[in-house]
Amino acid sequence: MRFGRAAMAVAATLALATGEVSAAELSIVSGSVGADIQELRTQLAEFEAETGHQVDIVEMPASTSDQFGQYRLWLAAGTDDIDIYRVDVIWAPQLANQFVDLRDAMADVIGDHFPSVIESQTVEGRLVAFPMYTDAPALFYRKDLLEKYGRKPPTTWEELTETAKEIQDKERAAGNGQIYGFVFQGAPYEGLTCNGLEWVASSGGGQIVSPEGEITINNERAVQALERAHGWVRDIAPAGVLAYKEEEARGVWQTGNAVFMRNWPYAYALSNGEDSPVKGKFEVTTLPAEPGSQSAPCLGGWNLAVSKYSKHKKEAIELVRFLSSRRAQKERALTYARLPTIPALYDDPDIAESQPIIAEWADVVEKAVPRPSAPTKRQYNEVSKEFWTAVNETLAGAASAETNLQTLEHRLRRLKRDGWR
Amino acid sequence: MTNATLGAPPTDEAMRTEEQPAARSALSRQRLASAWLFLTPMLAVLAFVAGWPLLQTIWFSFTDASLADLDAARFVGLRNYFEYVDYGDGTGEWFGLFFDAQWWNAVWNTVYYTLVSVSIETVFGLIVALVLNVPFRGRGFVRAAVLIPWAIPTIVSAKMWAWMMNDQFGILNDMLMSVGILSHPIAWTASPETAMWAVIIVDVWKTTPFMALLILAGLQMVPSDVYEAAKIDGVHPVKVFFKVTLPLIRPAILVAVIFRALDALRVFDLIYVLTPNNTETKTMSVFAQENLFQFDQFAYGSAASTLLFLVIAAITLVYIKAARLNLGGGR
Repeated sequence: MRFGRAAMAVAATLALATGEVSAAELSIVSGSVGADIQELRTQLAEFEAETGHQVDIVEMPASTSDQFGQYRLWLAAGTDDIDIYRVDVIWAPQLANQFVDLRDAMADVIGDHFPSVIESQTVEGRLVAFPMYTDAPALFYRKDLLEKYGRKPPTTWEELTETAKEIQDKERAAGNGQIYGFVFQGAPYEGLTCNGLEWVASSGGGQIVSPEGEITINNERAVQALERAHGWVRDIAPAGVLAYKEEEARGVWQTGNAVFMRNWPYAYALSNGEDSPVKGKFEVTTLPAEPGSQSAPCLGGWNLAVSKYSKHKKEAIELVRFLSSRRAQKERALTYARLPTIPALYDDPDIAESQPIIAEWADVVEKAVPRPSAPTKRQYNEVSKEFWTAVNETLAGAASAETNLQTLEHRLRRLKRDGWR
Repeated sequence: MTNATLGAPPTDEAMRTEEQPAARSALSRQRLASAWLFLTPMLAVLAFVAGWPLLQTIWFSFTDASLADLDAARFVGLRNYFEYVDYGDGTGEWFGLFFDAQWWNAVWNTVYYTLVSVSIETVFGLIVALVLNVPFRGRGFVRAAVLIPWAIPTIVSAKMWAWMMNDQFGILNDMLMSVGILSHPIAWTASPETAMWAVIIVDVWKTTPFMALLILAGLQMVPSDVYEAAKIDGVHPVKVFFKVTLPLIRPAILVAVIFRALDALRVFDLIYVLTPNNTETKTMSVFAQENLFQFDQFAYGSAASTLLFLVIAAITLVYIKAARLNLGGGR
């Protein structure tokens, strides 16, 4: 008996010792839009408490394009400083070689998530990143102002333009000189590719590059959609919108200076924050579409990938499992209005009560339009740059939409040559 | 007197004494040997941190390298510079940097930016230097104070100016509107008409102190008896400036200009932070960075970097020749 007890004590000590040894120091790199970092920190604290691992956050700028350049540099150098990367939905084909295949490690939970999201992160049969949350933008509108002027939330771009113009002009005449009709993301970066694609696709202009790899962007409908957007600048949108990303747009909106805003659901939670001047004064609806076409929100979302060069792959996968779990996703949905990648959560009564946007967003997510990152493969970033340049220059009035789209088609053809690589 | 200023050619006498082999004593040979001994580590480090990456970049510009797998790079000749692609149906197209309109746009932006900003900085720097050269109470304090913009890291000042130039919350628009110069806010960094000027304004603000400092150093080498003589002869101060001061500080100005021009030709951080991805302000460095790290075009970006290097080298050589600068230093 005495011997048994001693053995148990030894075993316990050993377990404790090995437990300490296996406590790893991990680092995760993440962009920082809105409350991104705060949100991640809260959840990492839980993970640390449960597992004994330490996790550091390496903070990146807000622009996805900036983050990508840095990630690619780190990965090309084979650095082991970063174990987990928070990656945009469009990056999978470009960074696939550098990430661990998560298919086997996550086999038991893959089925819980939207198949389309899992599909988007699968490259040549390898699951290179695991979903953390998905994203589909909304049209935010000032309920109080629309009611004041007896307008309904717009369903077509025409209605949006008219309503925005009318309320902007009348509000300004009433002494609210700072107000603008509509803010969106017009800066030349990845976010403008989303905005532009939404305008074009919801006007019957189709994709930039079709799933079959055909360049389809240069068409009459697309020209009209971009010309319409050009008309917004200075008329209902501030001239500075040409340099706005998500946070700049939210800045104007959340100070109460915009009637409409196009943004991701994260802005819903922040605009409803205690210190927000627009708290309780706004509502969301789906993005407008031209009659005869469907609303075409751009599919966004962030995923977690484990670096091939990590020294702590096992623990890193543990963290990915934690952050993508049903529990973590629900928590993020409740506090930050993040859209879950687990369909079952859209029916969750707690979420429906605290973040009504999410329950409404189930079919918006399903209908969301992916950017052409799959067909254009490793050249996606360049395709996207050519597109956002054409759109930004159209918005700025540097040339007409027709000329810009023609140039764009030519550039994309050059890029593609005999096929996407 | 001219011998004391930077840039004057060495006198014949000095050259002769330097080249006399007979005068090489055992001592001077020993000195030479130890000089080499001390220089070798530095040269080795230079070769390692500057020479090697440069050669590698030039090598990559002749390959099809991709950042995803650099080791798999294969030699492809001059394809990144120019290449004719036959579409097989009787039509074809030229590809490569030499035929890339976006590259030439970047070259033009860089040259334009360099010419305009360095010109303005030279004039402003000269004015500031002349003011600081006049004795007045608190001159030491003012001299230190004008250096502040130069001391702030570019990234920080770019971000700072980005906020000041913000169309909605920026102080610049607010000030200009409150004094009635503007009727509505300008989106400084966003509009195609103002984006380049926004960059130039910030650059002038930041580097005028540097120019002023270098020119001031030149001004202080000018002996005061020249001015006293001019004063006694009753020469008009403007004439003194153009006939005496300017020629005497010319070498200092020329050196300052080449320093700034070299900096301006490879500008990256200011533009990347202030007007990211804007076609109006995209310079050669930004173009290269984009291809190297954002796109899957590492070889193409290397080719752009190589051309950037050649352009800068060529401009420097032409400038030194044209300005008859002697960087070897006068004796």
